[in-house]
Amino acid sequence: MNRREALFSIGAAAAGAGIAGRASAAELRGVPAATAQTADHMPGPIVRGGDFKVFTDQTDHATLKAVFDRLIPSDDHGPSASEAGVLDFLDAQLAGPYGDGAAYYLEGPLQPGHEEEVMGQKQFLETPRQRYAKGLKALEQYAQDNDGASFAALSPDRIDEILTGMEAGRIDLPGGVFGQAFFELMLQNAREGYLSDPIYGGNRDFAGWTMIGFPGARYDYRAYVDRHNEDLALAPVSLIPSN
Amino acid sequence: MANERPKADVVIVGLGWAGSVMAEELTRAGLNVVAIERGKWRDTSTDFPPAVDPDELKWHTRRQMLAAPSRETYTFRNRSSQTAAPTREWSAFQFGENVGGAGTHWAGMSWRFSPWDFEVATRTEDRYGRARLDALRAEGLLLQDWGITYDDLAEDYDRFERIAGTSGIAGNLNGEIRPGGNPFEGPRSRDYPTPPLKDSYWMARYRDTTTRMGYHPFTIPAGNLGQAYVNPLGVSMGPCTYCGFCDFHGCGNYSKSSPQACILPVLMRRPNFTVLTETQALNAVKSEDGKTVTGVRYVGSDGQGEGFQPADIVIFTAYQMDNVRLMLLSRIGEQYDPSTMQGTIGRNYNYQTCSSVTGYFDGAKMNPFISAGAMAVQIDDLNGDNFDHADLDFIGGAGMMSVQTQGRPIALANTLRPGTSRWGSGWKEGFSKSYNEAATLFNQGTSMSTRDAYLSLDPTYEDRFGQPLLRITFDWNRNDKAMMRHITDKAQAIMQEAGADAMTTDLQTENSWNPYTQLSSHTIGGLVMGADPTTSALNPYCQSWDCHNVFSVGANCFPNNAGYNPTVTIGALAIRAAKAIHSTYVNNPGPLVEA
Ligand SMILES: Cc1cc2nc3c(=O)[nH]c(=O)nc-3n(C[C@H](O)[C@H](O)[C@H](O)COP(=O)(O)OP(=O)(O)OC[C@H]3O[C@@H](n4cnc5c(N)ncnc54)[C@H](O)[C@@H]3O)c2cc1C
Ligand code: SF4
Repeated sequence: MNRREALFSIGAAAAGAGIAGRASAAELRGVPAATAQTADHMPGPIVRGGDFKVFTDQTDHATLKAVFDRLIPSDDHGPSASEAGVLDFLDAQLAGPYGDGAAYYLEGPLQPGHEEEVMGQKQFLETPRQRYAKGLKALEQYAQDNDGASFAALSPDRIDEILTGMEAGRIDLPGGVFGQAFFELMLQNAREGYLSDPIYGGNRDFAGWTMIGFPGARYDYRAYVDRHNEDLALAPVSLIPSN
Repeated sequence: MANERPKADVVIVGLGWAGSVMAEELTRAGLNVVAIERGKWRDTSTDFPPAVDPDELKWHTRRQMLAAPSRETYTFRNRSSQTAAPTREWSAFQFGENVGGAGTHWAGMSWRFSPWDFEVATRTEDRYGRARLDALRAEGLLLQDWGITYDDLAEDYDRFERIAGTSGIAGNLNGEIRPGGNPFEGPRSRDYPTPPLKDSYWMARYRDTTTRMGYHPFTIPAGNLGQAYVNPLGVSMGPCTYCGFCDFHGCGNYSKSSPQACILPVLMRRPNFTVLTETQALNAVKSEDGKTVTGVRYVGSDGQGEGFQPADIVIFTAYQMDNVRLMLLSRIGEQYDPSTMQGTIGRNYNYQTCSSVTGYFDGAKMNPFISAGAMAVQIDDLNGDNFDHADLDFIGGAGMMSVQTQGRPIALANTLRPGTSRWGSGWKEGFSKSYNEAATLFNQGTSMSTRDAYLSLDPTYEDRFGQPLLRITFDWNRNDKAMMRHITDKAQAIMQEAGADAMTTDLQTENSWNPYTQLSSHTIGGLVMGADPTTSALNPYCQSWDCHNVFSVGANCFPNNAGYNPTVTIGALAIRAAKAIHSTYVNNPGPLVEA
């Protein structure tokens, strides 16, 4: 037997496979027969108007609503964030893996000032759910300290003023909450709720998609690709029509 | 060793694009191949059918199919004098973690690199003189040829395109320049397997504008198929439906080139192929004399702990970053040290210099939702060395593409005319217009490696198996910043000429590099190929200079970055290396090139 056969013969390989015995649970030979959809890839619709799982505290809930309805107010372009279900959306998101920060690297040590300098933005070991818990309390405290009133009772102009200060990095909140970073987190989540598929709780009646003219979960535009610079007026479609 | 598996001819670590291309080539040649893949089995009908795929929140915002930083991340600093910090949240880099790798959810821009990109050192000297090359080197650029030329790779490029079904239009057919194609491309022996994608309104407008300005626009080559196609392995693919949920998403139509759509249906049926999924390779184990390795240590998902896969040949195709990390964890070769310039592992680490210019066209209907991951018209007049640099203070350039790649609302919510509020009624008013009126010109540039940028193991931070994370030391260099300023000026002029009423520009090179704000996921080098073992870790067949039965293919092989996306070049290098293994190495194991 020459060297090539000794090292690389298929015969030996097939025999080897036969006596493998301990097949790892994840050892695949051939296309897997079990082709069920994995749970994490299934659409997971949420039920609107149910009990809140995360925003169970009345004041937290009211503060969040007050902020979100200034980030996305009701006007000629459509309903407000809360009217479109964005609070339901966020509650469900924070109750799940997103709220757990499951995707983030949260190992120490955290070198706060240094990490911010190197990374160009604040870094956190807290999960999004923990950041909301702290941030909403801090907003309420800020209103009590500066206005002697509850945050949710402030005028729209005053809320806008506070949000503008947070966005610009001029206002930090009590308890060591960075105003700008918390503002960005809330803005991102408010937009997500307003613009994601209605199965996630927000974008009720396609409010967000109608505002911009996005047709949603369609999958075939071959009939339209040649129609340049035209208003196609395509009605939005959801992943799973739910209402 | 506990849980020692039967020996294989070849063990492949990472079953993404490079791994599946190599496994196909090697199993067809009769070798017994075991692949180790840390991610799950993912397939079209079960994981991303059309009923599940068009979901921005899940696939793009939450990046459900990508490798999360919690599972593996990297640390970063701009300079060796700093302490690196870990990248905790999603960043510019987009690592795959499933059977198919990032190839399952890439966008599909399917470029060959230009002949210049393989020989930057030689061609700079030939065209601009030795003094110019020396001056660039003196300022810290590591300019070096790849050890292969475009011509050496042309046949393997062709093979990868046939497997992938790439759509496009030839610009240079055997040296003859063809109308409508890219006149600057390297010569091709035949046209693309499938015809180019159609133009959107923005692409057509860009085509007209750039033609008027004397440039040479063409439809870019795409892994989004222009028509139904059967590839040389006998796998059928469908036409792209311009669904617009492409990069970060799988394709429910079998229309996007991917291991799932092009290779796995055949590979999985071969009796001499096995894949261990949800299995993390830890390192290769060296033999006693240190000249070869004996196999790969891994941790299985089945709760049975550590195992060992013995093999005669070990191939790292775990994506550029993990390939470098695996070499370091296996103690193969010497870590590069920027102060002495000794060592090759981690050397020539580099990124991709990019900018974007977005125009806002009052009253236009760009219909961005009618799109595909690689739908774009590009000009290459200012890419690579396609224009004269004699009087410019930089080398290199960029491909400038009018992209029609996505219409995802959350992702576009910051694409706003200058001065628009990011929230409140001002945002609603502004976004309701700009969503359909904005169009982007993306400039994807060349990048030259430098002495100071490199990869190494982090001394502090670890992954979930207690292994050190990879540490990046990187910042923009003067040459590439000057290049991108030049290109961005030209891009703004084109946008003006196209008739934009307003414009926004994203030019990241004006700030220090950090992982969160970048425009590209393309990270390269750290384990580069070359003809000189003192400046490269791999020889021109992607074989380790230090352990001859170790091969590694990925963007880690590139000593410098081209003004193009990386994957087709990775695929071609994978085919080239696999052919060398089954036709030469197995008959006579040893270095394929003498050092
Ligand atoms: C959203 C997106 C868009 C893109 N668009 C384009 C584009 O338009 N054009 C282009 O050219 N490129 C594009 N790319 C890049 C392209 O996907 C990669 O270049 C290509 O997939 C690289 O192939 P690879 O084989 O090196 O790595 P991958 O395909 O990523 O495969 C690597 C595999 O190795 C596995 N692995 C890693 N470490 C280990 C370990 N220790 N043990 C076991 N397994 C391991 C990973 O899980 C992964 O499956 C895009 C990428 C993304 C994410
Ligand atoms: S744009 Fe085309 S290739 Fe991309 S996912 Fe949709 S149908 Fe598939």
